[in-house]
Amino acid sequence: MIRVDQLRKEFGHGAQRAVVLDGLDLSIEAREISAVVGPSGAGKSTLAQCVSLLERPTSGSVIVNGDVLSELGERELRVARRRIGTIFQSDGLFSRRTAAANVALPLEYLGVTAAESRRRVGELLDRVGLADKAVHYPHQLSGGQRQRVGIARALALRPSVILSDEATSGLDPDATTAIVELLKELRDDLDLSILFITHEMDTVLQIADSVSRLDHGRIVESGRVLELLAQPNSSLGRALQPRRGHEPAPTGATVWEVTYGADPVPADWVGLLAAGLDTTVSLLGASIETLRGATTGHATIAVSTPRHDLVEVELRLLGLDATRVGSEDLLALESEVAR
Amino acid sequence: MSGVASDTGFNVPVAQIPALLLPALGDTLIMVGIVMTIVLLVGVPLGSLIHNLAPGGLFENRAAHTVLSWVISIGRSLPFLILMAAIVPFTRFVTGTNIGIPAAVVPMSIAGIAFFTRIVENSLRSVPVALTRVARSSGASPIQIIRTAQLSEAVPSIIGGLTINTIAMIEYSAIAGTIGAGGIGYVAVTYGYDRFDNGVMLATIVVLVVLVATVQLLGDRLVRATTPHAAAAVLRLRRRPSGPSSSRPSRATESPATESTTRSAS
Repeated sequence: MIRVDQLRKEFGHGAQRAVVLDGLDLSIEAREISAVVGPSGAGKSTLAQCVSLLERPTSGSVIVNGDVLSELGERELRVARRRIGTIFQSDGLFSRRTAAANVALPLEYLGVTAAESRRRVGELLDRVGLADKAVHYPHQLSGGQRQRVGIARALALRPSVILSDEATSGLDPDATTAIVELLKELRDDLDLSILFITHEMDTVLQIADSVSRLDHGRIVESGRVLELLAQPNSSLGRALQPRRGHEPAPTGATVWEVTYGADPVPADWVGLLAAGLDTTVSLLGASIETLRGATTGHATIAVSTPRHDLVEVELRLLGLDATRVGSEDLLALESEVAR
Repeated sequence: MSGVASDTGFNVPVAQIPALLLPALGDTLIMVGIVMTIVLLVGVPLGSLIHNLAPGGLFENRAAHTVLSWVISIGRSLPFLILMAAIVPFTRFVTGTNIGIPAAVVPMSIAGIAFFTRIVENSLRSVPVALTRVARSSGASPIQIIRTAQLSEAVPSIIGGLTINTIAMIEYSAIAGTIGAGGIGYVAVTYGYDRFDNGVMLATIVVLVVLVATVQLLGDRLVRATTPHAAAAVLRLRRRPSGPSSSRPSRATESPATESTTRSAS
């Protein structure tokens, strides 16, 4: 497991001092994939550099399996770096080395014998499905294959923690999915903790168990992905599954935004709701998907009934969270009239 | 050097020109060979050092970088003839003489090192910084980083620079010929220039052109051989069983070979 404790990183001195990371806490268990998202300039790459021990934090610590790695001297730090495997954005391969020679790099630095290195490299390339590409040069490989070589290289020294720094950025959707599946498989087989830094929300949904949003050097929101999605007022949840445009509502109907909650929702809930309220329910827009066995998503519906309180109750019984669109204005108006 | 000018009296017969030029060519090759060995041995570490002393480098140190950079710039800014004259006391101190090949090697090495250091620095600058990060995070020591993530990736570019540098040194050796260093330059000056012997002059020009063209050809070949996506085509050509030696049919096989490479890369 890896823990980041009150991590703070400043660059420059005096008036030019810039605080890039401002007291960051993160904790990733073994077999957990935790994503960190955020806009560019939020401090993601600085976080990656601190976690991979390439940059020394100004204060705070990086702790892997109970050992505080951020306080070591330069020589010990070099050894400690080997406990964290880093996967870089796809430009991280050495162009004059074959796939096998790229994977062998960390073993070469460590001083492993040629025979042992050859055996391990074969094993690793096989593991990422590139056994037949060992003697290919990076320019002969596709983006996805290059990234597989990068993953094999990150695993060469049997790290317990993998840092993925924008590893799927710049890959096409199919290659991204393949890389995500490979990382999940490796996590299960090797009990890895994976810190997955990205700006791609879609990829977070595919891969992460938990997610944190970094903004201006702080974690502004974090939680389990499924829990965040089930909370309609979570801005991170909304960012992960954005609401897109929907059809206009029929006249006389009220529009509701519903969100799938943590409890299971019957698949025929639209029909059940219509039957329960004895009225028509129109589906205006929806985005629903199953992630790790749980159905998540949201829908926009129009209901032709004046009994707004009943709609909310019925929906809640079905396991859905409901908000009436534009209801705040109307509610204000109603209360004015009542007074 | 007498400076006696005549268009008949001192001309070397055509048959004797090779006997005059061959030893001179040998001298030139020895001079340039010694100089380039020194240049390579000193220039590569020095270029790596200056690259890594710069901001963002492995041993970032602004003061040391500035000092080193100035020293190299001074070495680069002096015209070779002036440099050669200016460091005569130093040359005499190192070699004990100020004429002949040993005396020429010292100023040529100094000029060559200054030149090559910049070439190495420039080549290293074009290697993606990401590779240094990859190597560091894989647990490499600074020496391992410089060797694998910087120099090794820059090899084709450095060889290209080495070619330019070698040709510049051939030119410098001709200038050094004026202080009696021997070599092709010496022959060109004493026979061609001082004695208006057009035959010898022409012969030295031909020899120099051939020499420079050969160095360039070898350099280009080496650059291709050390660049994986260029080398693939070359290797395929070589692997062909001893076919017709003319270059036309083998060139015909080159284009499908490169095509299949690009296809497998897509």
